[in-house]
Amino acid sequence: MDGDTNGYRWIGTRTIRPDGVDKVTGRAAFGADFSLPGMLVGKILRSPHAHARIRGINTKKAEVLAGVKAVVTSADFPEILPAEATKGSSPPNYRHLSQNLMAREKVLYDGHAVAAVAATNAAIATEALSLIEVEYEVLPHVTGVLEAMAEDAPILHDDLFTGGVDPKPGKPSNVAKRVEFAIGDTDAGFESADLIVERHYDTEGIHQGYIEPHAVVASMAADGQANIWCSSQGHFMVRQYCAGLLNMNIGDIKVTPAEIGGGFGGKTTVYLEPVALLLSKKSGLPIKMVMTRDEVFRGTGPTSGSYMTIKVGAKQDGTITAAEADLRFFAGAFPGAPVHLGCMCGFTPYDIENVKAVGYDVVTNRPKAISYRAPGAPIAAFGIESAIDELAKKLNIDPLALREKNAAKQGTRTAYGPTLGVVGFEETLEAAKNHPQMSEPLGANQGRGIASGYWFNVGGESSASVSVNEDGTITVTSGAPDIGGSRASLCIMAAEIFGINIDQVRAVIGDTTATAFNRHTGGSRVTFALGAVVIEAAEDCILQLRECAAKTWDIDIDAVEWENGEARPAGDNAGKFEPLTLPEIAEKTPMTGGPISAKKSSNVQGPGPAFGTHICDVEVDCETGHVKILRYTAIQDAGRAIHPGYVEGQMQGGVVQGIGWALNEEYIYGEDGKLQNPGFLDYRIPVASDLPMIDTVIVEIPNPTHPFGVRGVGEIPIIPPMAAVANAIENAVGLRLTSLPMSPPKVLAALDNGD
Amino acid sequence: MNGMRYEAPSSVDEASALLAGASGKARVLAGGTDLLVQLRAGMVAPELVVDVKNIEEMTTYSVNDGAYTIGAAVPSAELHEDADLLGMWTGVIEAMDLVGSTQIQGRASLGGNLCNASPAADSVPAMIAASAICTVAGPNGRRDVPVEDICTGPGQTSLANGEIVVTIKLPKQASRTGDAYLRFIPRTEMDIAVVGAGVCLTLDEGGTCTDARVSLGAVAPTALLVKECADALIGTKVDEAAMANLDAAARAAASPIDDKRGTVEFRTKVSGVLARRAAAIALERAGS
Amino acid sequence: MAKNHVTTTINGEPVEFLCETQQTLLDVLRDELQLTGSKEGCASGDCGACSVMVDDRVVCSCLVMGVEAEGKSIETIEGMADGDQLHPLQQKFLENAALQCGICTPGFLVAAKALLEKNPDPTETEVRYWLAGNLCRCTGYDKIIRSVLEVAEEAKGA
Repeated sequence: MDGDTNGYRWIGTRTIRPDGVDKVTGRAAFGADFSLPGMLVGKILRSPHAHARIRGINTKKAEVLAGVKAVVTSADFPEILPAEATKGSSPPNYRHLSQNLMAREKVLYDGHAVAAVAATNAAIATEALSLIEVEYEVLPHVTGVLEAMAEDAPILHDDLFTGGVDPKPGKPSNVAKRVEFAIGDTDAGFESADLIVERHYDTEGIHQGYIEPHAVVASMAADGQANIWCSSQGHFMVRQYCAGLLNMNIGDIKVTPAEIGGGFGGKTTVYLEPVALLLSKKSGLPIKMVMTRDEVFRGTGPTSGSYMTIKVGAKQDGTITAAEADLRFFAGAFPGAPVHLGCMCGFTPYDIENVKAVGYDVVTNRPKAISYRAPGAPIAAFGIESAIDELAKKLNIDPLALREKNAAKQGTRTAYGPTLGVVGFEETLEAAKNHPQMSEPLGANQGRGIASGYWFNVGGESSASVSVNEDGTITVTSGAPDIGGSRASLCIMAAEIFGINIDQVRAVIGDTTATAFNRHTGGSRVTFALGAVVIEAAEDCILQLRECAAKTWDIDIDAVEWENGEARPAGDNAGKFEPLTLPEIAEKTPMTGGPISAKKSSNVQGPGPAFGTHICDVEVDCETGHVKILRYTAIQDAGRAIHPGYVEGQMQGGVVQGIGWALNEEYIYGEDGKLQNPGFLDYRIPVASDLPMIDTVIVEIPNPTHPFGVRGVGEIPIIPPMAAVANAIENAVGLRLTSLPMSPPKVLAALDNGD
Repeated sequence: MNGMRYEAPSSVDEASALLAGASGKARVLAGGTDLLVQLRAGMVAPELVVDVKNIEEMTTYSVNDGAYTIGAAVPSAELHEDADLLGMWTGVIEAMDLVGSTQIQGRASLGGNLCNASPAADSVPAMIAASAICTVAGPNGRRDVPVEDICTGPGQTSLANGEIVVTIKLPKQASRTGDAYLRFIPRTEMDIAVVGAGVCLTLDEGGTCTDARVSLGAVAPTALLVKECADALIGTKVDEAAMANLDAAARAAASPIDDKRGTVEFRTKVSGVLARRAAAIALERAGS
Repeated sequence: MAKNHVTTTINGEPVEFLCETQQTLLDVLRDELQLTGSKEGCASGDCGACSVMVDDRVVCSCLVMGVEAEGKSIETIEGMADGDQLHPLQQKFLENAALQCGICTPGFLVAAKALLEKNPDPTETEVRYWLAGNLCRCTGYDKIIRSVLEVAEEAKGA
């Protein structure tokens, strides 16, 4: 695939990323690497209880401790009333966001922020926290999704009534909403099935696991103007949320993005920034706040855990006649589990006439859930792809063949509404069928599993500017943080459009004053959407370059063409002029109308939905339940791989997160509702020795709505792995495991009980 | 923690006097891979930290007539790089080598692993199986203590105020002796042992086991020296029947808890599995 | 309590600093000496992002006390390149896209350099076990491991 660059000069090549040298030398500045003179250290006091009413907070002793310059509690934040919870088209419920930022009447999870201090050093700040007296009235708590839905469950919010049900309930509930997506008639569909499989599945809470804890340096002056340096997935989001939470003007806040040490969705909200701003205003000094790893686990993330029921029916020949999913996701302390996305994506790889997916968003006494890489879809896929596998085995049809028989393609109607355009699912299945891993021999207690996945990818508000510098080099300024190599891709796209050498292009992520609004980095959108506006801006610049050449030659602009980085006459009739290179035109611009640049802003639509199919080989140690990954191949439709190295990297990274989710990662809560494993020792993400090389195959079915055919790639890879591993275990030892993680004690117990 | 004092004495007597004389809590700093974690987590707030790494007898090791005397603070990586030591006491050195990552290995020590007294410490079952003896120095002089008598409970040792483990002695090995240590962890590295099993056995010329010691870790408040496991091996050729008895004896001796790392059921079963597997490796090493 | 005065060598240069007893070497590097290339990912020795060399051993600087630096020779990521000449590992990581967000990269480079200096021809398994104490959440490790093996291979040919 690498040899064939489809006639492109840069698209599809493995250029060195422009921000790379700083990162391999330790020079790159991440969130915790900034400092300002006179900076204070900020720290947060967190609830030790899973659920409690706050009877009173006394901060006097902390305030008078030498070295303490400011103390804040929720009393210092504006109260956001239910009517104010929605602000324009900004995504969050600001009332919930505010209550999560700093608890008001109740603490709702072990780790919920209650107060914060700023002091001259970390030791004093820590001591100050211990001097804050909080009177708690401990309440019964609930951490499991089914328990939270039960009649007698402790209720987290007295003002939460289940949405999406008719008639509207009169009693508050932990069920925030019910959603349903359906087409056809599943009852009739199951009637006509020759075989039905139905099972329950459950998954635990999972953290995104980024290696960089949240960090911010913030400075707010007495007049309310503020500067923030932080790592996040969206500095415009940080600005917007801080303004909304603190009743500030958006224009009074400037956010400068630091390099970000991983996000995966977990840094698409704010935890520290508004607190740091208030501490800064109160103390009159800049504040630095960096979370400890313990705080990251107890106070941020995670994604939902679930209880699911999946039912699929098919004819003997493998035609799937009906499919149903009942997905119950816990959202943590405030509503917002991505259950609707799970409902929408889960069955989409298959062309099924009758589908019904029902979802429940349930609150529990855990940290507030936030996005994690294709939110909701990996969870649903664990159940659904396991069910498809079970169906295949019971029908005695090869799992790939069953998927091929029912594959979604262009024209397939999805259960959530849209009809699919040009997509590449069948191509991923074909590539899987022909992959060498499929013919690797399997020994005793070894097995192979297949699973697929779908994600819609998104577009969204994107703003960028492209400038031609005086020497003809190009600067691309955009406003969405680079979390996976997107600067490299933007440079490639710009270099391709201009027809110049890649080293003539630099991409920078500007602060919030440098471009117009950018939606945060997420939803696999940056290469697609920012790419689209950068291309537009580059094309506008080329128009201006052609105009300059036209002026210089005193001919009509239509007689000037642009090719390979230079302007040339469109034909002999235009005149015999020597081509003008980019640098040559750039240096003439004072005479030809001024500097050349273009700014584009757009709410980019038409992202290319994408599919992946994975092959996983495992070996099970039947005496200990240990599962070893022997081989793994991820196949994915990328539309067009702008930089194959970074596309492969996204695939491999997502696969390994999925393997961790499958085998060992989980939040472990005690009976007391406290988190028992808030660290990397006992929250077990995969280490290098756990894994083989991850083989990748990039399939390219170009997305017709993008100039280069790009589809988002970052999120698909985490969707299939859990089912791929489960299906491989089933193939190895004949056990269908339905509870994540499939950790050794659970695998061994299942083996011993012959489940 | 404000006002924590750091001292780096150059002799055992000095270190002992500092520890005994501290007005508040005092802790020994060897590799720091347990102490610094505990300091950071606020689990301990000592007034005094005594760094023993300037004390020569604690940071060097030697062999004399086949018996190794190992300074308690020698970094594990150093021990693992000694081919002779690794070849002789493969179980002990491999056990210590399992503790943490490469980075941890550059600092962690046998003495630190022992005195931290985690029920799941990896080196301890291997040292117990190897009949290791500690030399303990304190205000009242020195005494020798078998390794199995050091830990008295999770985080608790039998050391008196001011006492330090100075060296750990691995005895001269009888011929046809082999040792092995295995642990179960969910990943392949970086985890605390869910179960650990150390086996040391000696064979006669005919291949019959004449001596054995089996120690289990992470299945009781301290590592266990299990006589019944040894009895299952001694006098046998360590055949299938002996292994089955070993398995049963290990499971009977284990008294684990349910926690975030494993269940009672799981730990009990895997005790037997690991005892068998470690015995098989020790057997092979004894024979060769 | 008066601060501790420490004299040490960092990346070949003599350095003096003051630190509290409770400050780790990582705290000192980042907060006192502005060497922010070593990162704090966990402060408990579980992630390796703070890896540095102390007297030729790769260690987690979050588990070394600042005062212990006395008389030692410390090497950090900042000393890995030679002026504007990148170390072969640094160059290879760039060529192979072996970093995405880059937060774990300094730790991996320091640890990988230590490996190749001790074992110039490691197997894939040896590389993976040596680097097991360095967590990466972005790459799935594949391109990192390949990069280390390629540098070893190329050094053999050289």
